[in-house]
Formats: sequence, C-alpha cells, structure tokens
Amino acid sequence: MVPTSYYLVLSAVLFGLGVVAFVFKRNIITIFMSIELMLNAVNLAFVAFSRALGQLQGQVFVFFVIVVAAAEAAVGLAIIIVIARNRGTLDVERVDSLKH
Amino acid sequence: MTPQIAVFLVLAAMAVAGAVNLILQRHPIHSALSLIVVMVALAGLYLLQGAEFIAAVQIIVYGGAIMVLFVFVIMLLNAGEEERTNLSRMARYVGVPLGVVFLLEVAYWIGRATSHMAQSSPQAVSTRELSTLLFREYVFPFELTSFLILIAILGALVLARREDSD
Amino acid sequence: MNEFAAQHSILIVVLPKVVVLLFVLLTALAYLTWFERKVVAHIQSRWGPYRVGPHGLLQPLADGLKFLFKEDVTPAGADKFTYFLAPFLSLSLAITSIAVIPFGPKDFTVFGQSTPLAITNLNIGLLILFAITSMGVYGVALAGWSSNSKYSLLGGLRSSAQMISYELTLTMSVVGVILMAGTFNLSDIVQAQQGFYLGFLPRWNLIGAPFPQVIGFFLFFTAAVAETNRAPFDLVEAEQELVGGFHTEYASFKFAMFFMAEYSSMITVSCLATILFFGGWLSPFPQTGIWTWTHYIPSAVFAIAGVALIIHGVRYLTILGRVVLPVLGLVLCALAVLFAMPGVPDFVQGPFWFLLKIAIFIFVYVWLRGTLPRFRYDRLMTFGWKVLLPLSILNVVITSLAIVLAQK
Repeated sequence: MVPTSYYLVLSAVLFGLGVVAFVFKRNIITIFMSIELMLNAVNLAFVAFSRALGQLQGQVFVFFVIVVAAAEAAVGLAIIIVIARNRGTLDVERVDSLKH
Repeated sequence: MTPQIAVFLVLAAMAVAGAVNLILQRHPIHSALSLIVVMVALAGLYLLQGAEFIAAVQIIVYGGAIMVLFVFVIMLLNAGEEERTNLSRMARYVGVPLGVVFLLEVAYWIGRATSHMAQSSPQAVSTRELSTLLFREYVFPFELTSFLILIAILGALVLARREDSD
Repeated sequence: MNEFAAQHSILIVVLPKVVVLLFVLLTALAYLTWFERKVVAHIQSRWGPYRVGPHGLLQPLADGLKFLFKEDVTPAGADKFTYFLAPFLSLSLAITSIAVIPFGPKDFTVFGQSTPLAITNLNIGLLILFAITSMGVYGVALAGWSSNSKYSLLGGLRSSAQMISYELTLTMSVVGVILMAGTFNLSDIVQAQQGFYLGFLPRWNLIGAPFPQVIGFFLFFTAAVAETNRAPFDLVEAEQELVGGFHTEYASFKFAMFFMAEYSSMITVSCLATILFFGGWLSPFPQTGIWTWTHYIPSAVFAIAGVALIIHGVRYLTILGRVVLPVLGLVLCALAVLFAMPGVPDFVQGPFWFLLKIAIFIFVYVWLRGTLPRFRYDRLMTFGWKVLLPLSILNVVITSLAIVLAQK
C-alpha cells in the first residue's frame, strides 16, 4: 500500500518543476508544455485524494481537467502558430512589441 | 518494501526525471518527449491507484492527442533550439539553491500534513461507476465541456486561418 | 511444482505465454510479407517470389538476413537519439498491443494454474488498445522529423495529421459496439455476441439487435486502414511523390522494424475487427443438434490442405520442394488427426475460427492494396472529416436510440 502522502509529495514536486520550467524556458511552446505539466501534477493530487477519501468526485474532476486541457491546447497552439507567423520567432523575449 | 511501493518509486522517479529533463533540454521536441514520459508515468500511477479509466484517458487524450498536437506544431514551425541564456551570478548561486530548498520544504510539509491520510484498499474503480456519477450528478458540467470544445474548435479555426486567403 | 507455480505464477505462466506469443507473432509477421507479395503478384498476373525455397517460402528468411547485414547509415545532421528511438517506439508499441487480444474462450491449465488464452484480460482492454494505438503516431512523426530530410519531414507531417484525423473515426465507430455490449472488456464483448437468430444466423454485432453495426464496421475498417497507413491511404510513404516517406533515411534493421510494426498493427486491427464485429472466436455455426459436425471443420480443413499439399509437392520442380512440401503436408495431416481426437475439437474451435477470420481480414487488406489507387491528400482529409466522422457520430446516435427503444 502506498501512503497518500507519497503521491501528494510527488505532485508537489512535479508542480514545482512545472513552475520552474515556466519561468526558465524561452520557447513559447515549451512554456506551454510546462503549463500542461502543472495541470498533470494537480490531476495526480486529485486522484490521490479521491482514493484516500473513497469518493469518485476527484476522478470526475480529473476528467474535466483533461477536457479543458485539450481545448486549451487547441486554442493555445493556434495562437502560437499566429505569433510565429507574424513575428517570425518563438522566443518570448522577442515578442515584446508592446514595450516599444 | 511492498511491490506497490517499489512500482510507485520507479514511476515517480520516471516522472521526476522526465520533468527535470523537460527543463534541461533545449530543443522543444526533446522537451515534448520528456513530457510524454511524465504523462505515461502518471498514467501508471493512476493504474496503481485503481483509476483505470482515468489512466486510459490520460494516455489517449494527453499522450495521443495533446502531445501529438504539440509535436506537430513544433515540426510545422520548424522550431529550433532555444538560445542559451546565462543566469546572473546572483540567480545561479542564491536563486537556484533557494528555489530547490523551497520546493523540498513545500513537499516535506505537504507530506507531513497528510501523512495521517490512509490509502483505502486498492480496488479498481469501474468505468461504470464513474460514468454513472458523470452522467447523473455532473451532467450539466459535462454538457458545458462539449460546448467549450466547440468554442475551442471555432477559436482555433479562426486564429489559424490565413487572413489574406480568400 | 504446483506450489512453485502458485507462488511464481508470473514466471511459470505469464512469461512462457509472452515468449510463445512473441515467437508466433514474429514468424507470422515474416510470413505476412511473403503472403502479401504472393497475393499482390497474383492480382497483377505475376508469380511473386519463387526462387528462394519452394514457392518462395524461404524468402522472408532471406529478406531478414539481407536487412541484418546491410550497412546501417545514420544521415548527417540527424537527431541521433530521436532517430534511434523512433523505430523502437513503433515496433514495441505495435507488438505490445497484441497483449490484450483474447484468442479463445477456454482457460487452459499450466501446472495447476488456470490462465486465459491471452497475455492478460483487462477490464479496459479496448481502451488500452486505443491508448497504445494513439501513441503509435510518435514513431512515424519522430522518424520523419529526426531524419533531417525534407521528404521524411513531409511524410511525418502528413502521417501525424492523417492518424489524428482517422483516430477520431476509429474511436467513434466502436462506440456502438461498446453500447451494445456494455463493457470495455474484449472477452466480454465477444461473449455478448453469443447466440443465433432463427437457429442459424449468428448474433454477431455486425448484424446484431437492436441496431446492426454495419455502418460501424465499414467506418471502423476504413479508419483502421488509414490508421495503419496502408493503401489506399498510404500517403505517408507514397513512393512516387515522397521518395519513401518517413522512412526514406532509414536502412538496415531499423527500416525492417518499421515494416514489422506496420504488419503487426495490421494483425492487431484485424483481431480487433474480428472481436468487435464478427464474434471473435465464436463459431459461425450453432454448437448443438444437427450442427454438431461443425466441430470437425478445423480437422477437415487441415486434412484437405495437407493432402493437397502432398499431391502437389511430390510433382514439384525442385528436389527441395519435393521434400519440403510433402513434409509440410504430413504435418498438416498430423494436426488434422490431433484435432479430431476426443476433447480436442472443443478447445481448438475458438482459436481456429479466430485465426481464420483474421486471415480473411488480412487478405482483404492485401486485396485493397492490390486494387485501389491512392487517395489525394486533400481528398483524404475531406473524406475523413466530412464523411467518416459525421457518419460515425450518426451511428452512435442511432445505436443509442435503438438500445433505449429496445429496452422499453
């Protein structure tokens, strides 16, 4: 039997790594991927809690999160394609025309 | 050490290694591959907790659809490697260690605060139970998500269409 | 021994099953290439492989040796890790998916351990299969990208778009079957198709109540052909326009691995079509009354094939053929005798019908390749999104409506 706290610790670590990736990476696509990593970490916590409490609601919520993530990926990647087409770069540091 | 814990440790190590590799790799495709490793490991962890349906959906939707879309876009845009940027000396010697310490501390406290929570017996949750709940109690949110997906499709179409084409 | 087996059931039961299945599958893959070349050749009025062994039976071996000894070139500028990863990913995923396929109804006993005629019997077998299939895109996409060649990249891009599009139809088309069976378990789906209409018409999902899944089947098979990148949907490797598609830059055994993956997924898809729509291992004849003689069909088929092979073999052109073919015929006859032994027909029935149905599907695959021209890429996408997908959704709606009405 694996204690629930193990799953939660893992979830926290993965979420933290997702934040780190979000802050450190320069490529828009990779930044977007780190958001997916964070969502995944949260899902893990949901399933672990659902198991610990003996309730299925947690898993239903994971289902919804996955659906939303799919919708988000579709729109987000479309935005990325538009950015790449208009600016010719994927580096977030160079997509800063509002500043100038 | 029970077999479950051994499996958990292997999968957890896989997930963390994948996440770290996502940060370390500079080419988006390699980052995407690392993320896929994380997702497959998480699907394994869901199976370990008896969440069969969620595990399958995790691989089908995340692994088979969302990440394929990422890889596809990376290939389409021919994204190259990221430029390496130098961390300032302050960030390298103070920021990174502090961040790691903070992360471990958060993990530690979460682990401690929840250590009393027992894991109920590992029996598989049947898809039937899950779908009954989904279609009885949560049918309204469920219908809303289909609406959301429709909007997402439209949004993606409008965004990605070339404006000059007619 | 029995105690040891009870404690280490994985070692004694599962591992041998995996080894045997792998051996059978890999041999089948090799001979599938021979089968395809022979059938396509005859469709085009040629002889096909004839030189290596009698009727070219040793051709797969020769091909395998050739692949092994070819120089393995890695293109300049290739992304090494991904370039190596792609064929392994393709092949291992394609082979893994066969693990959840049940080959027969009967559990058999090894050292006191009862075990099903499948590597594993999962509650979510169908979902796992789709999960593995959906991961298969990476092998092709990554191979195309990592080769650092424009033809490969185009092939890879085409394939990922095509596979994502047709996966939707593939999944939607089986929802009708799932609704009728009420389970994701492949064994249970087959069990749900037992019984006969009017005493002789099998209750398979293809023609089953409350709504026959004929549309579902054709959608499934079309999408499956596209998903496995076979003609007429083989734009991924379209030799005439893309040189060779995603595997242009691959040589030697890595190239062979892509081919094995393609054939392996052909087998998986045929298994799935059989299980979902054609009653899996169920015999097309009733088991009782005046139909009892059908128990001996496997035996009869093997006997006839064996005798025919012997008669043909003794008059064969080469000495080797005159030895090999009659021996093969004798083996078939021996199997026929074995299958007729008391008690054996019951056990053999399931696997026999299952493999026969799979063989028919594989033949249809090759037949399609031999006769149909390739789709144009934009037509392929239009067809997938504007024809197949709406039809599959319509199928789901009508099936669920029919089920609700039938319950009242």
